Amino acid sequence: MTHPILEARNLTKIYGQNVIFKDITLEVKEGETIVIIGPSGTGKSTLLRCINLLTPNDGGQVFLDGKEITARGYDQDEVRQHIGMVFQNFLLFNHLTAFDNVMIGLTKVRKMAKDRAREKAMEELNRVGLADRADHYPGQLSGGQQQRVAIARALAMDPRVMLFDEPTSALDPELIGEVLGVMEKLARDRMTMLVVTHEMGFAREVADRIVFMEKGSIVEEGSPDDLFYHPKYERTREFLWKITELYGKKEKGKAAAP
Amino acid sequence: MSDFYAFFIRFLPDLLKGAGITLLLTAQGLIAGFVLGLLATLARTYGSKFWRGLAVGYIEVFRGTPLLVQLFLIYYGLPGLGITLSRELSAFLALGLNSGAYQAEYLRGSILAIGDSQMMAGRSIGLSRWQTIWYVILPQALRLAIPAWSNEPVSLLKSTAVVFLIAVPELMAKAKAIAARTYDPIGSYLAVAVIYLAIVYILDAFLRWLERVSRIPGFETEGKRA
Amino acid sequence: MSNLFNYIVQGTAITIGVTLVALPFGLILGLLMALVHTYGGKIFNRIAAAYSLLLRGVPPIVLLFILYFILSGSINLSPFWAGSISLGIVSSAYQMEILRGALLAVGGGQMTAARAVGMSRLQAIQFIILPQALRLAIPPWSNEASIVLKDSSLVYALGVPEILRRAQQLSATTQQPFLAYGAAAVIYFVLVFAVNRGLDYLSERTKLPTHS
Repeated sequence: MTHPILEARNLTKIYGQNVIFKDITLEVKEGETIVIIGPSGTGKSTLLRCINLLTPNDGGQVFLDGKEITARGYDQDEVRQHIGMVFQNFLLFNHLTAFDNVMIGLTKVRKMAKDRAREKAMEELNRVGLADRADHYPGQLSGGQQQRVAIARALAMDPRVMLFDEPTSALDPELIGEVLGVMEKLARDRMTMLVVTHEMGFAREVADRIVFMEKGSIVEEGSPDDLFYHPKYERTREFLWKITELYGKKEKGKAAAP
Repeated sequence: MSDFYAFFIRFLPDLLKGAGITLLLTAQGLIAGFVLGLLATLARTYGSKFWRGLAVGYIEVFRGTPLLVQLFLIYYGLPGLGITLSRELSAFLALGLNSGAYQAEYLRGSILAIGDSQMMAGRSIGLSRWQTIWYVILPQALRLAIPAWSNEPVSLLKSTAVVFLIAVPELMAKAKAIAARTYDPIGSYLAVAVIYLAIVYILDAFLRWLERVSRIPGFETEGKRA
Repeated sequence: MSNLFNYIVQGTAITIGVTLVALPFGLILGLLMALVHTYGGKIFNRIAAAYSLLLRGVPPIVLLFILYFILSGSINLSPFWAGSISLGIVSSAYQMEILRGALLAVGGGQMTAARAVGMSRLQAIQFIILPQALRLAIPPWSNEASIVLKDSSLVYALGVPEILRRAQQLSATTQQPFLAYGAAAVIYFVLVFAVNRGLDYLSERTKLPTHS
């Protein structure tokens, strides 16, 4: 049995008096798409940032490809080349064009030769459907376009895992689709993805596994079918169906209410 | 270090006299500057073309040239036109005119921020232009200007130091005199620096208190909400 | 008459010279201190903060004198160099505050994003933060530039033959003090005007494009 590509063991994070999350253990197998859902403020974003070491943890370990990246003295900058991250507010580099945003990691971090880097950057922009906007600055792009460039930027580093931190929460409703479309394509191409989102439709259609987090711990996890139709906990059922109602997702041929 | 301390104590009375003059100059300059700045801004915002031109000319000239040059022009230059002023008056004029030009800019910003909509509101209930300016716009604009404006007292205080060059006996002049007597320029000027720092610290604390106390509840430049 | 004109023009060159030494010196030192304040640890943060408070809480001319006597005492510097460098040190504190504001305005998100693609902190500062911060700093910086230009007149007190000193000498020889000092004022005005215009232009040219 191959070990999981990404593993978190007993991860704990505390801010002052508040326990953000405690003893989180999570396994992600290669090619899986895991969606983390739960009420706001339950530490889902912080969890992602602890996984790619942007935020230090207060207990527990993270393993990438079997190696413990939380070990002392581990080169954190190097690790982040292998874990891609997409942020809620895109965080594109404002002073660079879309093309340069994607390319800068290749030239400055991976020290790629300029022409190879240019080729690859173009490839990634194509992949997210924005090759024709390559010379635009973030200020000239819509939210959906910016987020797609952000995805291209993360993909360019050829990461082992892609982390998505509420990628569509800051978008106008009509722009959400284009970003989810790109993410769906990635999932189909068997990219390993860990996604924090409120988009239940995406969770149901695309996730291999859904993890429901609340008050700093994992309440339940399982396949979309399991969680939506045979949840083990009342709370899980309550949350899922409330959110589904709120987002007005229609059920294909199944009853819309619990 | 203890040498410096002894030095400092020995000359303290003298230095404090100088500090007194410095504070006086600052206060005078600030008030004169406020009046001039207010007039200039009003002229610029609400005045006819002539007054506007005059105001802009004043502001550009006094912000576009060094204070020292203005000081010399008044004290050494005017006598060439037959106008001879005492050193104290020259210092007062230079500091006041200079400060006024900068204060005009601070006030302009806040008047523009308040301006049009409040003017409309005032006139819509029958107030005249000048009544609206006096009862509606200025009270708000002045309060709004305080955070930015509070740079000016400290800035002016530091500017007063140059008037020692026309022999006004303020703090810096005392330092020079002590340096000449003791052949210890570094010590003298350091002592003076310490006193300036102390005054600035107190002034700054006072201004921050003023800022806090004068805030209009619910109405701040950054638009904070409850 | 042309001799007098030349005389003043030479003073202008010195004034510009003082500014061209002080301003870049202040920029490099100020940038260093701003980075130390923002990215150094707690101790460096405190040191940088103290640096800023001390240098900005004392009149420039007092600092000029102190630094001048220290500098010319230890190294054999001419009044021009001692004065210019001293002005640079004074300006560095103000430039530090300007740059700090700009670094803050760029925001922590940019640093996060840069680190997320594997950049080290240093790389992030060099390629992502600074290019944006320096652009944001141009308007307040151009204010500082004209202040340094005007403060260069303070080296008059050190005997440096810049515009004001020459105006004084001129007023003595021609017995026309108003014209002499008036001329000095006009020259400064033109210089300050040119600097402001020039930097406004720079600000326009380096603006990042937004939705048209």
